[in-house]
Amino acid sequence: MAGLLEEYEKIVGPDVIDQLRQLATLLKGRKIVHVNSTREGGGVAEILHRLIPLHFELGLDVRWDVITGNREFYQCTKLMHNALQGARVDIPLSLLRNYEEAAQKNFEGLQEHLQGADLVFIHDPQPAALIRSCPERCGKWIWRCHIDVSHPYRPVWQYLRRYVRQYDASIWSLSEFAQPLPHPLFLIAPSIDPLSEKNSDVPLRELEKIYERYHLDPVRPIITQISRFDRFKDPIGVIQSYKLVKEFLPIQLVLAGGGATDDPEGEEVLIKVRSASDNDPDIHVLLLPPDDHLTINALQRISDIVLQKSTREGFGLTVTEAMWKGKPVIGGDTGGIRLQVINHHTGFLVNTPEGAALRIRYLLKRREKLHEIGEKAHQFVLENFLITRHLREYLTLMVAIMYETEDRIEPQ
Amino acid sequence: MGDAFTVKDCALIAIATGQLAETLREMRDRLETAPASSIYYHFWGGLLRPRFDDPEFQNDFAIWVRHSLHDKPLAERLALIDPTHFDDLEDLRRELIDVIEERLDESELLPWTKASQRFYFVRSQIVVFDTGRRVHEPGELASLIPHLSVGSIFYHFIDARRRTPTGNDDFTEWIQGFGEEYTRLKKGIAAIDPYFTNLVELREELSCVFEEYRGGKGA
Repeated sequence: MAGLLEEYEKIVGPDVIDQLRQLATLLKGRKIVHVNSTREGGGVAEILHRLIPLHFELGLDVRWDVITGNREFYQCTKLMHNALQGARVDIPLSLLRNYEEAAQKNFEGLQEHLQGADLVFIHDPQPAALIRSCPERCGKWIWRCHIDVSHPYRPVWQYLRRYVRQYDASIWSLSEFAQPLPHPLFLIAPSIDPLSEKNSDVPLRELEKIYERYHLDPVRPIITQISRFDRFKDPIGVIQSYKLVKEFLPIQLVLAGGGATDDPEGEEVLIKVRSASDNDPDIHVLLLPPDDHLTINALQRISDIVLQKSTREGFGLTVTEAMWKGKPVIGGDTGGIRLQVINHHTGFLVNTPEGAALRIRYLLKRREKLHEIGEKAHQFVLENFLITRHLREYLTLMVAIMYETEDRIEPQ
Repeated sequence: MGDAFTVKDCALIAIATGQLAETLREMRDRLETAPASSIYYHFWGGLLRPRFDDPEFQNDFAIWVRHSLHDKPLAERLALIDPTHFDDLEDLRRELIDVIEERLDESELLPWTKASQRFYFVRSQIVVFDTGRRVHEPGELASLIPHLSVGSIFYHFIDARRRTPTGNDDFTEWIQGFGEEYTRLKKGIAAIDPYFTNLVELREELSCVFEEYRGGKGA
C-alpha cells in the first residue's frame, strides 16, 4: 500500500511533497507535542487526526495528548469559548478555580512529555493554563487559537491572556483575530484533508442510500448547512432563509451536525431549531454522531448549495469541505468565511436571512452559474486550503521559531 | 567555468504586526513605521499565501483601497506601482506614501472615510533551505525548472531581486559568469514580467524560455 505522502502527491503534485520532506529534515530529532481537549468532534480534532500521521511519515518525533476534565471544566471552557467569540458572559469564580485545578491535574499526567519537548502546541483555551504548571519547560510553547477572537468579551480574554502571554508564540487563523501579545503572532489558516472519509469521493450507491435514509427527494433542490448546533452558526437564520425561498421554489433544507464532547450547549440550541422548523416535512434536522463523516460527506455531495450562515466563525472548515466538493457556498460575512467565499467566484457572502434567500434563488435559477462557481471553488481549495499547505506552514513555523525574530532564516 | 548553481527552496510564514488602518490617513501614518518586511509581504506575499487570483490588483494596498475604501482612482494608481522598479523597500515605501498623500490632497472626504474592513499589517519570516541539487551549466536548468517547487521559483526569481547586488534574479546572475554565449537566454529571462502573475505561471514562462534556448542552440 502506498504511503500517505504518495497518496497526497497524486492530488497536489510531487513538488509540494518534496518541499515537505526538505523542511522536515530541518526538524529531525526534535520532540513535538500537540495538546487539545477532545479526540473526536470539532475541527481541531479532525485536523490533528491527519496532521499527526503526516508528521510520523516525514520521520518526525511527534505525539498528541488530550486533556480531560469534569462537567464543570467543560462548562467553563464553553463559556470561555463563547466569550472569546464576543458573548458577554461572566464566568463564575468557582468554575475558573476548577479550570485551574484541571490544568494542574492534567499536567501531572503529561509532565514527562511536556517538560522535555522541543516544541509544544497547545490548542485553544481548554489546555491553555497548562503552561503555568510547567515553569521548568525547556522547549518553545506555542498557543494555537482556532477561534474568532476579533471582538472578545474583555474580562474573559484578560483572564486567559495571563496564560497566553507566557507562551513563546501564538498562531491565529486570520490577522483580524490576532490579539496584542508580547510574542510573535503567526498566521496560519486551517485546512481540510482530501483523503479523509469526510472529503474523499463517495460511490453513487452510497449517495442513493442517503436519499432513502433521510427521506429526501432526489428531484427537488437540496440546501444544506452542516455544523454543530451552536447559536453562532445561526441555524434559526438558515430556517428563515429557507422559508423565504420556499414561497417561490420547492426546496428541501438539511440542517445536520454532530455534537462535540466539549460542547454542553448543543442540546439547548437543537431544541430551538426543532421548534423553529414547525414540523415542516421538508426541513430535515439531523443530529449525527461526531464520527459519521461518510454521511456528512454524502449530504454535502447531494446538495445543490451549501450554507454556512455563521455570525461568528473561526475559519469555517465546513465551507472548505463544501467547496472541495464543487458546491457554491452562501456564507456569513464573517471571520474565515471571507477568506474562502469570494462573491460571484466561489459563492456569496451574506449578512441576513434575506440576503441568503436572495442568493439561493439566484443560483437555483442560474444553473450554469451554480456549476461554474462550484468548479472555481474546488480549484481554490486545491491550491490553498489542503492539509499539505497547512503542514508546510507548521513546519516552517517550527523552523522559524528556533531562530527567534530574524526575517530571513537559512539553516546550515 | 564558475561555481555550480545551488538550487534552494523557501517557505514563508506570516506574522501579524498588530498594526492596522481604518482610514486612508491612518494607512499613510502606519506606512511610515511599518517594518520593511511588511511592505515586502503586502507586495509579494500574495504569491505564496492563500489568495484568490485577482488580476486587476496585485498588491494588498490597492485591493484594500478598492474593496474596503471604495476609492477607484487611488486603487488604480496603487495597483500600477511595480515593486521591481525600486532599488530597495524604503524607496518602495516612499512611493506608496507619496501616492497616498497626493490622493489625500485631492479629496476632502477621503481622509476621514472609514473603510468597511480594516487593513492589517502583516510581515513574514522566510525560511530558506538547500535542496541538495546542483546545476553545472545553464542548459541543465531547462530540464530542472519544470520540476522546481513554487517556493524555489519564488526564492530564485522574486526574492533574489532584493539579495543580489544588481537586483537581478538568481538565474540571470549565475548565467552572467558564462560569457556572451548566453546573452539571448538572459534577454529571454529579462523579458518575463514577474508581476501580474502567479508562481505556477512564472515557472511555465521560465521553462519556455530555457526550452526555447536549448532548442535554438541545438538547431
